Amino acid sequence: MTGVSPQNFDEMKDAGGETRPAYGDYCNWYDQQDAALLKRKDAEADESFRRTGITFNVYGEDEAEERLIPFDMVPRIITAPEWRRLTRGIEQRVRALNAFLYDLYHRQEIIRAGRLPERLLRGNEAWLQNMVGLAPPGGVYTHIVGIDLVRTGPDDFFVLEDNARTPSGVSYMLENRETMMAMFPDLFSKVAVEPVSNYPRRLARSLAACVPPKFEGGRKVNVAVLTPGIFNSAYFEHAFLADQMGAELVEGSDLRVVGGKVQMRTTRGFEPVDVLYRRVDDDYLDPLTFEPDSVLGVPGIMDVYRDGGITIANAPGTGVADDKAIYSFMPEIVEFYTGEKPLLPNVETWRCADKESLKYVLDNLEELVVKEVHGSGGYGMLIGPTATKKEIKAFRAKLEANPMNYIAQPTLSLSTCPIYTNKGLSPRHVDLRPFVLVSPNGIEITPGGLTRVALKRGSLVVNSSQGGGTKDTWVLKD
Amino acid sequence: MLGRTANGLFWMFRYLERAENTGRLLDAGLRMALTRDIQTAEEEWRSVISTLGLKAIYEASNDGYDGTSVWNFVLRDKANPANVREMMGAVRSNARTARTNLSSQAWEAVNENWMKLDKLLSRPVSQNGVGEVITRLRRTGTQVHGAMDGTMLRNEGYHFGRAGTFIERAESTARILDMKYYLLLPSLSYVGSSLDSGQWEQVLRSVAGASAYSWLNAGQIEARGIVQFLVLDDSFPRSLAFCRNALRTNLGELARLHGKEGSSNDLMREADSRISDLSVDAIFDQGLHQFLTDFMARNAAIGEAIANDYRFLA
Repeated sequence: MTGVSPQNFDEMKDAGGETRPAYGDYCNWYDQQDAALLKRKDAEADESFRRTGITFNVYGEDEAEERLIPFDMVPRIITAPEWRRLTRGIEQRVRALNAFLYDLYHRQEIIRAGRLPERLLRGNEAWLQNMVGLAPPGGVYTHIVGIDLVRTGPDDFFVLEDNARTPSGVSYMLENRETMMAMFPDLFSKVAVEPVSNYPRRLARSLAACVPPKFEGGRKVNVAVLTPGIFNSAYFEHAFLADQMGAELVEGSDLRVVGGKVQMRTTRGFEPVDVLYRRVDDDYLDPLTFEPDSVLGVPGIMDVYRDGGITIANAPGTGVADDKAIYSFMPEIVEFYTGEKPLLPNVETWRCADKESLKYVLDNLEELVVKEVHGSGGYGMLIGPTATKKEIKAFRAKLEANPMNYIAQPTLSLSTCPIYTNKGLSPRHVDLRPFVLVSPNGIEITPGGLTRVALKRGSLVVNSSQGGGTKDTWVLKD
Repeated sequence: MLGRTANGLFWMFRYLERAENTGRLLDAGLRMALTRDIQTAEEEWRSVISTLGLKAIYEASNDGYDGTSVWNFVLRDKANPANVREMMGAVRSNARTARTNLSSQAWEAVNENWMKLDKLLSRPVSQNGVGEVITRLRRTGTQVHGAMDGTMLRNEGYHFGRAGTFIERAESTARILDMKYYLLLPSLSYVGSSLDSGQWEQVLRSVAGASAYSWLNAGQIEARGIVQFLVLDDSFPRSLAFCRNALRTNLGELARLHGKEGSSNDLMREADSRISDLSVDAIFDQGLHQFLTDFMARNAAIGEAIANDYRFLA
C-alpha cells in the first residue's frame, strides 16, 4: 500500500486521465490560474487560519503550542445527484440510530428479537444505566451526528464510522469555505456551490426545537454550549459555534442547579439554561452521577435532566452507538427499525469475538485493518499492509489475548482527490464527514461536510491528530 | 452575559492597557538613555523598574541598571512573572474566554498582534530590536480599541472592557506621577529652581502627553502645569480626571443596563467627591503623594466592587 494503487478511484480524473464531470468547471478555472499566484495563495491560507485563531492543542505537547490543521486549497467536489443519494442513505441511518438508542434504553426489542447479542451492551463502556427508561425531550438522542463516509468507486460509498457522541470538525467545514471564498472569489462566480454558512442558524433552531418538558414558555429558549475550557483541543470550535448561534459559551463552573433548574451565573444573577449543547463527555457531565472528581461538569444536572428541566444534546449514553462492535450490526439495525434495506452499506467487518471470524482475521492480518472496538482518532489500530512484521506480531498477541476488543475490515482502496503541492496537483486519500441535525421537526443535512485528507502520499490515515489535513467540500447546485 | 465572560473582558482590557503603558515607559526610558549621560540613564532605568514595582525581583537576578537588561527583564524574562509577554498572553487568553462577546475584528486584532509580539519576544531583544517591540505594543492598543470602537455593540460587555481600560490607565498615570512626586515638591518651584525638563519630558512621554502638554502650556514645564495636566485636565485622555469621567460613564451605563446601582456606583460617587472642584493648590496642600495614594486605593476598590456587583467570580 505504498503509493496510490492504480485501481483506486480518483475523484477528479478517470482512468484515462480525463476530468470527471464534477470537476469540469473547477479544472477549467484551475488551468487558467497563474502558477505563481496559486503558490502565494497557498502560503497565505495558513496565515489566515492563524489570524482567525482556528488552532487546536495537541494533548501531551507543550501547552503553549497551538497547531493548525493543514488546509488544502483544492476543493473536494460532489455532484447534486451523488449528494441526493447520500442524503437519503444518511437520513435513513440517522433515523435508525435514534430509534435504536431509544429501544436500547427502553424495551430492548432488538435484543429480545435475537438480532443483537446482549453482551454487546454489557461490554460497552459508553452504556449508561442511568438512562434506562428515560425519554429525552422530543425523543431525540443524537441532535448532532457526523457520519464518516469513504468512497471506492463512482457509485460506491460506504459508512466507515458513526459519530453519535460528540462529532467535531464542523467549524472546519465552515471556516474552510470562508477561506476559499476569501482566497478565490472569482471561482465561486464560475461554479455554483451549495452554501454551508447557514449551519449555525440551523443548529440553533434545531436545538431550540428540543425544549425540555418543563420549559414554562413566555420567554426565549436559552441555549448554551458547554465547553471543558480554553485548554481543550476543540475550544475554538466551541467558541465559534456559540458565537455564531448567539448562545452562551459556558464552563461547568458557570452552572449550578438552583431551584430545580440548571442555571448559569450571569452578571445579573442566575438565569436558567433550557438546552445544553455539551461538548464534554458523559463521564464529566455530573460529578454526582459519574466521575466524582470532575470539575468540568455540573453537580445534580442529571437529576434535573431526569426531571424534564433541561435538554442535554447529545443525550447522555448515545456513545453506545459509536462502538465498532455495534457498528458491525448497523445493517441489521437499519433494517430492524426502518423495515428497509440500508441505502448506504457498511464496510465489510469481521467481529473478532466470533471464533470463525477471528481465525480469518489472524490468518490474514497482513491484508486487514484491525481496530479497537472503543477506539477513536485512529489510535490503537493496525493497518496490515503498511505494518512491519514486528508490529503485526505484537498486534497478533494483543488480539489473541482479548479478541472481543477488536473488529477487522478489509483495507479499502479509498478514493483520492488531488491536493496542491509545489510541484502541482497530486492525489491523496480522502474521507467525508457530513453533519446531520436531528430535532422533533426532522432531519437536516448540510450540503457539504468535512473532507479529511491524508497528506502523506499513499497514507490511508486522515485523522488530524496523525498528520491529516482538511479540504473545502463542495456540493454542486443542480 | 456570564460573570466569567465579564471578568474576561475586564481583564483583557486591563492587561492590554498595562502592556501598552509598560511599552511607553520603556520608550521614555530609552529616549532618556539616548540623550543623557550614562549616570542619568541608569537612574532612569532604575526608576522604570521601580515604577513597575519590580525592584526586588529585578535586583535579585541583575547586577546593574543597563538598558538591555532592563527591557529584557520587563519584556520577556521568566524571572519576572509580570513580563509583557505574559501580559499579552493574558490579553489573549482572556479574549478567548470572552470570544463570544468580542467582534471578530476585535478578536483578530488581539490574536494577530499577540502572534507578532510573541514571536518578537521569543528571543532576547537587542538595542536595534526594542523599538519594533515598543511600536508593536502601541499599535496593538490602537488596533484593538479601534476595532472595539468600530464594531462592538454598546452592551454591558463593551462597558466592562472600557471600565477595565480606565481603571488600569488611571492606576498607571498615578503610579508614574507618584514615582516622581518629589521632583514636584512646590518648595522647589516656589523658590524658582528650574525643574529638570528632561525628567519631565520623560514623564510626559511615558503617558503619551509630551506634545499635548506643550500645546497647552506653550512649552513651559513647571510643577503646577504638570499636575494640572496629568491630574485635572479632563481633555487629556490619560489624565486622572479623564479616566474618572470615562469610568463614571461606563459604570452609569452598566447600572442603567442592569436596572440598578451597585456598590461600585457608590464608591465612584465617594471618589468623585474627593476630586471634583479640586485645585492644584489644594492637591499640593494635602501633599501630592498622599493625594495619589488615596486615589489609587479608591481606584482599586472600585475595580473590586465591579467584580462583586457583576458576579465575576463564583
